[in-house]
Amino acid sequence: MIINHPLLGPRDAAEFTYLGDACLIERPDPEAENAIEVFHDYVYLRDNPAGEHRELWFHEHGDRSWLVVTRNTLTHEISKVELARDVALSRGRGI
Amino acid sequence: MGFSAFRIIKEGLTGNRGWTPHWRDPEPKAQYDIVIVGGGGHGLSTAYYLAREFGITNVAVLEKGWLASGNVARNTTIVRSNYMLPGNEPFYEFSLKLWEGLEQDFNYNAMMSQRGIVNLYHSDGQRDAFARRGNAMHLAGAGAVLLDRDGIRQLCPFLNFDNSRFPIHGGLWQPRGGTARHDAVAWGYARGADRRGVDIIQNCEVTGFRIENGRCIAVETTRGPIRAKKVGVCVAGSSGRVMAMAGMRLPIESQVLQAFVTEGLKPIIPGVVTFGVGHFYISQSDKGGLVFGGDLDGYNTYAQRGNLQLVNDVIEAGMTMMPMIGRARVLRSWGGLVDMSMDGSPFIDRTHIDGLYFNGGWCYGGFKATPASGFCYAHLLAKDEPHSVARAYRLDRYRTGALIDEEATGPNPNLH
Repeated sequence: MIINHPLLGPRDAAEFTYLGDACLIERPDPEAENAIEVFHDYVYLRDNPAGEHRELWFHEHGDRSWLVVTRNTLTHEISKVELARDVALSRGRGI
Repeated sequence: MGFSAFRIIKEGLTGNRGWTPHWRDPEPKAQYDIVIVGGGGHGLSTAYYLAREFGITNVAVLEKGWLASGNVARNTTIVRSNYMLPGNEPFYEFSLKLWEGLEQDFNYNAMMSQRGIVNLYHSDGQRDAFARRGNAMHLAGAGAVLLDRDGIRQLCPFLNFDNSRFPIHGGLWQPRGGTARHDAVAWGYARGADRRGVDIIQNCEVTGFRIENGRCIAVETTRGPIRAKKVGVCVAGSSGRVMAMAGMRLPIESQVLQAFVTEGLKPIIPGVVTFGVGHFYISQSDKGGLVFGGDLDGYNTYAQRGNLQLVNDVIEAGMTMMPMIGRARVLRSWGGLVDMSMDGSPFIDRTHIDGLYFNGGWCYGGFKATPASGFCYAHLLAKDEPHSVARAYRLDRYRTGALIDEEATGPNPNLH
């Protein structure tokens, strides 16, 4: 697989490590009443879709940036690559 | 009609005209006591033990493709019980004991071959960890032998003992481990279940669950609705997809594991050998092909194929462990979908929906579990309580903190 890095251009997926579903950006509020329940779902449960999947890749052997890659899990086709930083900021999350 | 030496000789002398199909091809009935979703190794063994052990024969196994077309046809056929944790080891040892009596039990040649499995160690620390694992195996009655360098030399003289980076110091040997003929396992269970009255229905994909008042009462299929008192899902690799139809999110990611086979060679590898540094394991099939594999590709996928990077990784590890493999020519490689759970261990449990049961999360180790998985799932479906060796395989164990994390890598499915 080739991941089209927003800053560095097309890079071999071998340069990256994979974390999982990009929903991991949405870390819940640890102070909330139901934090235990919400964190259980956040840490352990996954949609695991067959089709389009937004996921976190880390450019370990490159610029060490986190990317949000939109990839089809049936075909491995990558349709979109964003910097995770930009995604997090647009969701109102700090860094 | 049973198999026996007498029968084979008789058929051989009479032109092999007496053999009949091993199972029927029935139309689905409108209703069953139990419907199993998934006609792979685990689904078929569940049906077999439901009929054989628990006397429940009004059972259908629904398979979307042809019988045993998924992971039971794509694994590397290894059978072993060298786990460590209390939630796992008794279960896998129960499975190995079932393997040992399986061929007599279902009257089918599954080519069970207990040639042993050896896990190599390359440092003092790794030896200590393996000694601990070996002790855990002894506690479960599985047996294990900690071999030093000379012991490994006698077993596998062809290994690269003096690799400057990863010298081989010894290995943990389970002599009762080995391999079995994967397809024959599925066929034997299918035939055994069919002969006891189970309907095996192929080309019948489940497209939904009919759930009323918190109870699953039927499955929708491409061949019409089928009512059932209980529905047991058993579709590892596609669990996320199927359980989503019941509105469930699972602690599972679907990933791909690749495997490889070379051209047929003369017998060289006794049993199974696993590398203790890079992930690599190898055995030799009865036809002579070297069967080997390594790590997961490591990302979510439902495509039954992997990427070249992993092929490189596996072959590099193989060359490091036994350089002679460089002279063998790889014939085929393939990929199978695996349910990677959040702690690397499986599930055999009820769901929060009455009448709906779940068996999955087998990671890359489902084949060796086939008999015990079926037996324990049948026990759960028949009696509504877990079998004693499968009590730990609960769906809520992440909530209760009772994880079974053999690799101690936390909720990172691609690291287990």
